[in-house]
Formats: sequence, C-alpha cells, structure tokens
Amino acid sequence: MNSAALIIIAVFTLAAALAAATLRKLMHAALSLVVVFVGIAALFFLLGAEFVGLALVFIYVGAVAVLVVFTILLTPRDVGKDRGFNWGGAIVAVAVFGGLTWSILNTQSLAVVAPHMPALTVKQIGKTLMTIYVWPLQCVGLLLTAALIGALILVMEEKR
Amino acid sequence: MNSWIVTHLWLVPAEPFAASLAILSVSNTRRKSAAALAVAGQIIALALSVVAFVSTLQTHGFRAVQNFTWFTFGDQTLRLGFVLDPLAAAMLVMITVVGLCIFVFSVGYMAEDKNFTRFFAYLSFFSGAMLGLVIANSLLLVFIFWELVGLASYLLIGFWIERPSAAAAAKKAFITTRIGDMGFFLGVLWLYDRAGTLLFYDNGRGCLEGAGLAMLGASATFVALLIFCGAVGKSGQFPLHVWLPDAMEGPTPVSALIHAATMVAAGVFLVARVYPLFSLGAISGVTSSLTVVVWIGVTTALMAALIAIAQADIKRILAYSTVSQLGLMMVSLGVGGVAAGIMHLLAHGFFKALLFLGAGSVIHGCHGEQDIRKMGGLRRFMPVTFMTYAVGMMALSGMPFFFCGGWTKEEILHATAHWPPSHVPYYLILVGVVLTALYMTRQIIYVFFGNPRVAAERAHESPRIMTMPLIVLAFGAILLSAVLTPAWPWLHGYLTGEPTYFDVARLIQPMLFVSLALVSAGVGVGFWIYRKAGTQDGGRPAEVDPLEYAQPALFRFLANKMWIDELYARTVISFSWMAARLSDWMDRYFWDGLVRGFGAIGQLFGIFTTSVDERGINAGVDETTAGARGLGRVMSTAHSGQIQTYLGAIAIGMLALLLLYAWLA
Amino acid sequence: MTPTLQIFLIVSAALFSTGLLAALSRRHAIFILIGIEMMLAAANLNFIAFWRFGPPHQPPTGVMIALFSIAIAAAEAAVGLAMVIAVYRHYHTTNVDQLDQLRG
Repeated sequence: MNSAALIIIAVFTLAAALAAATLRKLMHAALSLVVVFVGIAALFFLLGAEFVGLALVFIYVGAVAVLVVFTILLTPRDVGKDRGFNWGGAIVAVAVFGGLTWSILNTQSLAVVAPHMPALTVKQIGKTLMTIYVWPLQCVGLLLTAALIGALILVMEEKR
Repeated sequence: MNSWIVTHLWLVPAEPFAASLAILSVSNTRRKSAAALAVAGQIIALALSVVAFVSTLQTHGFRAVQNFTWFTFGDQTLRLGFVLDPLAAAMLVMITVVGLCIFVFSVGYMAEDKNFTRFFAYLSFFSGAMLGLVIANSLLLVFIFWELVGLASYLLIGFWIERPSAAAAAKKAFITTRIGDMGFFLGVLWLYDRAGTLLFYDNGRGCLEGAGLAMLGASATFVALLIFCGAVGKSGQFPLHVWLPDAMEGPTPVSALIHAATMVAAGVFLVARVYPLFSLGAISGVTSSLTVVVWIGVTTALMAALIAIAQADIKRILAYSTVSQLGLMMVSLGVGGVAAGIMHLLAHGFFKALLFLGAGSVIHGCHGEQDIRKMGGLRRFMPVTFMTYAVGMMALSGMPFFFCGGWTKEEILHATAHWPPSHVPYYLILVGVVLTALYMTRQIIYVFFGNPRVAAERAHESPRIMTMPLIVLAFGAILLSAVLTPAWPWLHGYLTGEPTYFDVARLIQPMLFVSLALVSAGVGVGFWIYRKAGTQDGGRPAEVDPLEYAQPALFRFLANKMWIDELYARTVISFSWMAARLSDWMDRYFWDGLVRGFGAIGQLFGIFTTSVDERGINAGVDETTAGARGLGRVMSTAHSGQIQTYLGAIAIGMLALLLLYAWLA
Repeated sequence: MTPTLQIFLIVSAALFSTGLLAALSRRHAIFILIGIEMMLAAANLNFIAFWRFGPPHQPPTGVMIALFSIAIAAAEAAVGLAMVIAVYRHYHTTNVDQLDQLRG
C-alpha cells in the first residue's frame, strides 16, 4: 500500500467533497459528487476491495449521479443558485470532525498496519454472498424492488 | 429403506384435495374443466393406490410407516404419520375405484345442476379426506380427516341448500355424528394421556404395539369404548343411526359415495384399525368392549333390516340396508372376525355403490321420483340398470357363489357362530339375512317388475356416462368374489398376513347351505308376499302394501322408523328445550337480579367516588394539565419543522456522546 | 512508510464532516441528499478499512456490509430524490427553509 498514492487520492477526494458541499451552482456540485465517488472508489482499490470499488462507480457514478442530475432538471424553478449558507452548520461539522479525529488519534489500537492478506476474488465474494449472506441478499433485493416501486408511485402525476 | 410410495403416500389424498382447490378456483361456468379435474385427480389417486397396493404384496403382513414431527412444544413432540399396510391399501383401492365410478356417474347425473362445479369440488374434497383417513398412522390425524370427512358430508348432504329438508338433514347429520365424535375426542385425549403417543405404529413404541398397549392397561376398555362412540356416530349404529336415512336428501351420487360405500365405512375401518385396543387382555377373544360392539351391531343390523321392509323411498330402503350391513360388520369385528368384517366392508363398498348408482339411474329415468310405489315395470325401459341392479341385489342379499356379498356374509356367520359368550347374536343375524333378502326382493319387484305406474310411464334409460360405471361396478362385485371364496381365500390371507393355498374341498361346508337356504327363503317369501304388488293396474300407485294389509299396526311402526326420531324429539330434544327454558328463566330472574344487586352497590360506590373526584382530584388534575400545556408551549418552539435543525441536533448529540465516552475512558 | 488504519479513518471522518456540512448548511433539498450520500460513502470507507486491517482469513464481512449498504444507499437515493420531486410539485420549492409544515 502506497502512502503517496493514498495522500494524493485523499486530498483529491476531500477537495472534491468540499466543492460538492460549497459550490453555489447545483449542477457543479452534482458533478463534484461524481468526482468524490471516483475518489472513494480509488481508495477502495487501494484497500484491495476492487469489487466494491467497481460497484461504487457503477451505482453512484452511473446511476445515482444521473438521478441527481435528472432531479435538478425536473425542479426547474430552483435551478441555478442555492441561496444562503448556514454558518451554524459549518461550525457543527468542524466540531464533529475535530471530535472524531481527536478520538481516532487517541485510540492506540487503531495505529496498526495492514496484515498480509490474499487477494479477495470475485469468486469468493460470490460464494459468500450466496451462502452466508444469501438471506440478506434476498432482503436487499426485495428492498430495492420496494424502493423502486415506491419512488415511481411518489413521482407519479396525481390524477384529478 | 422405505419404498418410494411409502414416503410419498401423502400424495394419494393430496391429489383429490388439489383437484378440489383447482375446481373451486375455476369459474362456475366451466363445467367441463371442473369434471375433468375431478376425474383426473381421482384417476391419479387410483394409480397411486394401485402402486401402493402392489407394494404391499411383496411380503405377508407388510407394514411400512412414514412418521414426521408436526410440531414441538417444550420437550414434547407431536408426531404424525402415514401407514401402508394391507388394510390401508385395500381401502385405498376400494375408495378410489368406487370413487372414480361415482365421479363419472355424477358427470351424467348432475349435468343439469347449476352448481355443477361446486359439487365436484366437494366430491373431490371428500375423496381426499377419506383417502387421508385410511392411511393415517396417528389417531389425531385420523381424527382430523374424520372431521374433514364429516364436513364434506355436511356440505354434500346440504348440497341443495334451497331445499329446507336438505339443510335440516345436513344439520342433523352433522350434529348427530358430533355426539359420537365428542366421545372419540375424549378417547384420543385419554389415549394420549396414558400411552404418551398417538402414533399407531412407531417401531415398537406406537400405541397399538406392545409397549404402548402395556402402558394402557385397564383403561384400554374405556379408551376403546370412547373411540367406538365415534364409530357409532359415523357408521350410523344404533342409537345414533337416525342421521343416515335423512342424509339421502343429498344428490344420489353423494349417497352412493358417502352414505353407502365409503364414509360410513370409516367407523368400521376405525374399529378395525385400533383393534388391538379393543382386544387387549382378551380371554378367548372376548373383552367387555368387544361385547358392547357385538350387541350394538346386532341391534342395529336387525332393527335397520326391519325398518327397511316398510319404507317406500328407494334410497331410504338402501340407506337402512346400509345401516343394517354396517351393524353386521360391527358384529363381525366384535366377535373377532376382523378380516371377515373388512372383507364385507370392501365388498359392500362395491355393491352398495352399485345399488345407489342404480337407484340414481332409476330416479334419473323417472324424472326425480323416488317413491317405489309409483314405479314398476322398469326392467323393460332400463335394461342395463335392471341387470346391474339385480347383480347388486344378489350381492347384498348374500347369494353365494358368484356374488361377493355372499362369501363375506358367510364368513361373518362363520365367525359369529363360534362366539363363546352367547349364540343369540348368531341367530339374530340369521334373521337379518332373511330380512335382507326379503326387502331387496320387495324393492326389485316394486321397481322393475309388474306394470308401469305413475312415474314409470315416461321412463328412459340413462345415458352411457351413467350406465358405464354401473357395469364396471357390477363386474367388480362379481369378480371380487374370486378372491373371497373359501376355496382360495386370498383376500383373507392378504388382510391377516397368513399364507393361503387353494383347496376346493373347503368350498362345501355347512354354512354354505345354511346361507343358501336362508337367502332362498328370503327371496322366495318376498316373491310370494309381493307377487301381486307389482301387477296392479297401470297408472295408479300401489297404495296398500301387502304387509300393511296383514299387519297394519306393525307396518306403521316400522314405516315410521320405530318412532325413534319421535322418541328423541320427546326425550333428548325436549329435555334440551326444558333445560334451555330453565336456564332462560334462571338467567332472567335469578342471575339478573343478582347482577342488578351488584350493580346497585356499584352505583352507590360510584356516587361516593364522583363527589371525591370532583372536589378533590379534579382540581389537582386541572392544575397539572395547565402546567403541562404551558410546558408544551415552551417545548414546541424547539420543533421548528426545519429538518436541518434536527440533523444538526443529531450531530451535536453524537459529538456529546463521543466526548462523554472519551471522558469516561 | 505504510499507512496505518488511523489515516484511513481520518480521511473517512473528514469526508463525513464534509457531508454533514453540506447537509446542514445548504438550503436546497438536493444538497442535503448529496451530503447524506457522502456520509454514507464515508461509512462504507470505514467498513472496508476495518476489514482490510482486521484479521485475515475471515469471511469478508466488511466487504459484504459495504456492498449491502451501497445497495441500500442507492434505494435511499432513489426514494429521496423522488420525494424531492413530489415535494417540489406540491409546494413549488425545494428550499427546506420553507418546508416547515411540521413546526410545533
């Protein structure tokens, strides 16, 4: 695992995240979000979870980002600028970050390096999904179906 | 270990059940598919039954069980199971063959009915329940199917719900059998209490096997008698026989299937199934419970045969003959002739179904007329029905040699003749045999001989779909006798597990001549008494029965079913009325007064508490309420309705928890 | 130098806080959803990191949970965005400051 790569990716991701949180134009923020997810996927690759990284790219960059863009297009009145910025929220966010960092740095058991680990193959993931996690898998399938139908019903035009 | 058919024995009853469900789900107008489904389900069940039957032929005394756990509570498990043995296999084949014939017959008989599909759904349901009953390996499972059979019979007797008499008959059948089932259920509970299991056979631990029976001890007599209560109700034994003749209100195929061939056989089957309970501790084949069975059976057989002589409804005569034959089977079981009883049950299933379907064909041909006095001369109009009916009549009368009923009846006589305690049942049964031949002769003369009367003038033969089952059943009734003769008692050996061999010499024995003489006497006397009954002028119903002419009082006594219904109406039912009246009066005046008294005390107390409440407590509560309202007003300002505020609060809360944790650690 | 678990956790914490910032400070409902997605992604990063630094030869529980949480987050995004559209249709705004019908 390369520290340099980690730092570059982390800085890149966090910068994009900050952009997504603060850019005035909604469309720019949505595109920054895409960059954030690409960065997180890169971090996953770095950690050896290639499959999850790819899934993240497919689902977020491919689907969720498109959904966000569509939503922006479907709510035309507010396209453009987001009025106002709540500085109270910023203070809370900084405080949370401080608290988390402080507690992470003060926990000695977290100062470990990664053990050697055989590569996680897709076959292994598939096997695990289909054996131990088959029940949650089915539940997630059901949930996704329900969410899909629910979303459809929510946006359906009300008939008068 | 177990063959495929044993582990999948449940498929046999499952087929008709599935067919029933499927029929219920198709539209009311799709009559053809409903009939096809029902017949198909029955054919598959028949095929599976034959497979099961063949597999029991491998060894003598074959018995295989397939038990499973239904549910577990605490450390107790309730297990059910299915059993395949000669008794079950023979019953399976009989029920499915007879059932199939009746199903096919119904397609023709019910063709005009508007609730055609519902009829087949019920019929399939009944067939499934009955098949489940015979293969059940647990008394509880037997009870479940027993009740399902009862439900099916209720639905089918009351099938023509628009007729008040049908609805009343259905209710009567349901309630009367329920009285017996009450005893049955108590027997089940008692058995479970003593033996700790309801499985019949469980590798030596079942309640019909050595260890289970040993645990029962003396209580076996009571358990057996309680179970016999259920059998009395279902098999129409005295004193609970009153529902069976009324059940003829149902469509005729129903009478054939339920109230002749199979369902009423369930009682006999049940006694045979739990026979070890009855015979536990027998001294030379006699126990007190079996003695009760014998006397009940004799009473029923004789009484029903007597009543049958004076009935005018073609189906009622057959109904009483069924009651009588069932009594005969009970006698056979009671005196120890289990195989003979079951053989008679199987044979009876065939020829009684044949007779009922024949009666159905006659009724169909006479446009719904059921009174035999209005028929006559039908042998010319309905030759196929006449021939097959004659076969059934011979079999029922017990004509030896070619008709299955003869051999089995002879076997029963044989078993009864050697009953140690008393010879009275034997002689009474001999009388019953004569009577059976007599009333069947009477019926045949009235229906098929002589001149056609009111209802017979425009009679016609039934369509092929109705006569084919008749022919099949008639051949069955004749061919079955091939395995029943004393010369080669194959069925006897199959049921008892003893090897059989061929010996013509055994064909000729005294009982054969006794039987032949009695039946001939019955038929002869019948022809002599009723010789003129059929030859009255055409057009008019035969009004006065020859017996009525000779013995009016006796005839009226019999024609009114010995006034047993009236007796019940006067005693049991009016007692219930009295009890109800008394309870009503007690409720109205005594208990009501008591309740009112308590009410008044409560009211007084209420007045007292109201004053305390209003003066003391209310004021305090009002204060509290006002305080709470004010507090709520203050608190509600925190609820801005802004989701971001809420989210921020959550974040701050999380931070606080983090800090708290750090501080504690 | 090989990175320790702490570094990953700090990156994740930073990402989480950024998401929180977006969710708390912006007025547009879509921004709040974007923030929530970022916070979920940060949580996923934690799962993966803990799995990677945990004992080997276990069933890959962290990976599995991350996969499931991605699926659930996708469902959440779909429903959330649909709600944004529905709310917009009804109130003709997506500014959460104006959506305060539940005010006490």
